[in-house]
Amino acid sequence: MTTPSHVDVRDLSVTVRRPDGTLLRIVDSVSFSIPRGEVLALIGESGSGKTTIALSLMGYARGGAVISGQIRVGNASLDGVGPASLAAQRGNRITYVAQSAAAAFNPSRRIIDQVIEPALIHRTAAAPAARERAIGLFRALALPTPETIGERYPHELSGGQLQRLMAAMALITKPDVVIFDEPTTALDVTTQVEVLQAFRRVFREEGATGVYVSHDLAVVAQMADHILVLNGGKVREQNSAATLIAEPQDDYTRMLMSAAQPVVQAITPPAPKAATPLLEIDGIFAGYGPIDREGRPANPVLSAVSLSIGKGAALGVIGESGSGKSTVARVVAGLLTPTAGTVSLDGEVLAPTLAERTREQLRRVQIVFQNADVALNPAHSVGEILARPLRFYHGKTGADARRRVNELLDLTRLPSSVIDRRCGELSGGQKQRVNLARALAAEPDIILCDEVTSALDTVVRGAILDLLGDLRRDLGLAYLFISHDIATVKALCDEIVVFYKGTRVEHGTSDAYAAPPYHPYTELLITSVPELRPGWLADYPYQPVAPVANVTQSSDICRFLQRCPRSRQGLCDIAAPPLRTLENGSRILCHLDTSELAH
Amino acid sequence: MLHAARRLPLSGKIGLAIVLFWLMVALIGPFIAPYTPGAFVSEEVFAGSSGKFWFGSDFLGRDVLSRLLVGARFTVGLSVLAATLACATGTGLALTAAVGPRWVDELLSRAMDTMISIPGKVFALVMVAAFGSSLMLLTLIVAITYVPGNFRIARSLAVGLARLDYVEVARARGEGRLHLALVEMLPNMIRPLFADIGLRFVFIVLLLSGLSFLGLGLQPPDADLGSLVRENVSGLGEGALAVLVPALAIASLTVSVNLLIDAATQGKAR
Ligand SMILES: Nc1ncnc2c1ncn2[C@@H]1O[C@H](COP(=O)(O)OP(=O)(O)O)[C@@H](O)[C@H]1O
Ligand code: SF4
Ligand SMILES: [Mg+2]
Repeated sequence: MTTPSHVDVRDLSVTVRRPDGTLLRIVDSVSFSIPRGEVLALIGESGSGKTTIALSLMGYARGGAVISGQIRVGNASLDGVGPASLAAQRGNRITYVAQSAAAAFNPSRRIIDQVIEPALIHRTAAAPAARERAIGLFRALALPTPETIGERYPHELSGGQLQRLMAAMALITKPDVVIFDEPTTALDVTTQVEVLQAFRRVFREEGATGVYVSHDLAVVAQMADHILVLNGGKVREQNSAATLIAEPQDDYTRMLMSAAQPVVQAITPPAPKAATPLLEIDGIFAGYGPIDREGRPANPVLSAVSLSIGKGAALGVIGESGSGKSTVARVVAGLLTPTAGTVSLDGEVLAPTLAERTREQLRRVQIVFQNADVALNPAHSVGEILARPLRFYHGKTGADARRRVNELLDLTRLPSSVIDRRCGELSGGQKQRVNLARALAAEPDIILCDEVTSALDTVVRGAILDLLGDLRRDLGLAYLFISHDIATVKALCDEIVVFYKGTRVEHGTSDAYAAPPYHPYTELLITSVPELRPGWLADYPYQPVAPVANVTQSSDICRFLQRCPRSRQGLCDIAAPPLRTLENGSRILCHLDTSELAH
Repeated sequence: MLHAARRLPLSGKIGLAIVLFWLMVALIGPFIAPYTPGAFVSEEVFAGSSGKFWFGSDFLGRDVLSRLLVGARFTVGLSVLAATLACATGTGLALTAAVGPRWVDELLSRAMDTMISIPGKVFALVMVAAFGSSLMLLTLIVAITYVPGNFRIARSLAVGLARLDYVEVARARGEGRLHLALVEMLPNMIRPLFADIGLRFVFIVLLLSGLSFLGLGLQPPDADLGSLVRENVSGLGEGALAVLVPALAIASLTVSVNLLIDAATQGKAR
């Protein structure tokens, strides 16, 4: 109890000067301490000051912010030390693992040289010793071929591997504190589990002290001993992880917890399917790159994809990144010409290219992209962005258009004051609403939503999902809703399709995804989503099966074979999996049947 | 605009002030010239500074200040015109390449690569030798010389933008190529393009002055800053103001534009 804490922060405040000259406290008298060998999590929405606090531990303030208060790390006190010693602190005693490791590595240098560089710069070890230590860390982080992986270049490795290598780089100098800033936010759930497991193991082995920044309470519950909940730069609650999750004291904590499990108000399922579905995709093959003589693209992505969506229905598409989800949306929108197969709207076959589709057909299918930062033209005001489709599809101009723009803002619950603003001045959630409003301006029958909630915090995500649910109810919109997060898809959609490497491996009603049986890949996706209880990670059943990259396989056998925990030798590796219907109505592409998949 | 100017670093403010000064001179110079630029007003050639002739007199006894005020208009005016022409053409072609079919891009890019492999000054010299150097031809030739450079920059900007989601959304909406190029892409290229226009302007000032210095540019009785240096070059030995002042004018014009660009682009990167 009386062992002095390893990191001690008292009354930390960070103040910035706003453009108009007034002062703003982005972090307000935050105090905490971390015992040696433990991990403290900082959790809150974006803008709550998490990263600012993490950075100020390193004595670093962004854009002229002023740090006040006392920060002690180990036996070094950070107030009043000069910039030179700060640089030493940063790379040596306090290290940082950022969200995007891909951006943090130099693409033109070998991994090992970059990983041991901090040790060499700070002279904590000679090159051979540092190399040896790096390989030990690679092994502890469960990286494939730890002896030789360092010889590779960053582009030869996956995002999850780079994230672990980044952790190795952070641990190489045996720092006092390692700061993890949303280290798994950009990863797929399946990769996230592997990375989290690796982080946990290496932390145990190294006895490292850490600060873990995240907006995901379920992830944090696996990683941290203590949790500090932040909102608007103030501490709302701090407690041990187990206690905080079991008995949250603060309303805000409870709100975060409920946002982690989004629920969209139930929607009466659409009227029994009309004879012709609204949108039907039939046997699509598509890909990128030059097309060869047999009509196959150099980089084939989709093979034999078929889907159908009824009027006012919502179909969810999930799968890991790279599985071809966005490609489906691009084919439907006409942005990518498929090499085979058709897309029909209300029974009418749509032309494969944009130029051949009529304006009316284009109007009825709208696409909304994930990243509102690049989906909205920074040179135009919100009003201009919304007015364009009104004029283009409906010929509305002047006061008429202005009135409709205001209606659209109202519909997406945006204040009418944003009309003259540029998108750069809006918050992430507001941008995504404008993004939706633009699609609504066309008065479409169906909206293709490509990861529209993926870049948002849990709380904002909940609000956008509610909005989507309401729009669907009020306007009778149909959605093709793409996401890598099964909880989000389950909340909004009636039916869900699971994609693996460009094929549809499962298709069923949302309810069918509540309990087994599922396709083994679906099972992997579902069990990889962290649960809101400490110890979930320790109980996680799978050993990571690293996907073997670049293995050519005959196109017939199951594409999931290499990663499948349930695969049967002599069956799965020989014959193509049949399309079978399970007892719960789901159709899956697998050799196993309901009884074999149920447990 | 004013707000942006206030936030420039000191070097940028100095650059801006000098640039504005020269633009002013180009606009009103001929009206405030104390003498007719062609008139022989001084008995003495290569005279020093005096109350009557602030910058002295030239090799024929004409007033250097008056000739400078008129010459600056030629240099600044022609360069602005040529730079604008070069960048409008280059950027227009670049946008065409970015939104057009693949073969248009291929064709334009190859053509520009070919042109860029000919050194600009040699190209200009050959063209002037072949077609003469009337004011219009001269402007056109100089402009053409700098089209490929601007095309390269603008094309790489435009191709990058064409892949962005907001352009994809507009394309999915069914927008035509003209809309994509002018409404969705061009406004987001303006800032980096301004820096390029500035740079081309500097190159063009130097090229025009160089041509005139070689006697291939503006023909008498018209004279730009380069011609002024050339015709008074015999005064260089005695350090005559008649040769120093126009040379300094060229230097201050080009350096100030450079300062301004540096400051403006740095401010953005921050
Ligand atoms: N413009 C493109 N050019 C070449 N390959 C691409 C392009 N866009 C996507 N791909 C490739 O297609 C595959 C599927 O991508 P995508 O449909 O975006 O998957 P998802 O949306 O499921 O993450 C990936 O392997 C990706 O690298
Ligand atoms: S077919 Fe075999 S390898 Fe493929 S998912 Fe089913 S059990 Fe696994
Ligand atoms: Mg995608």
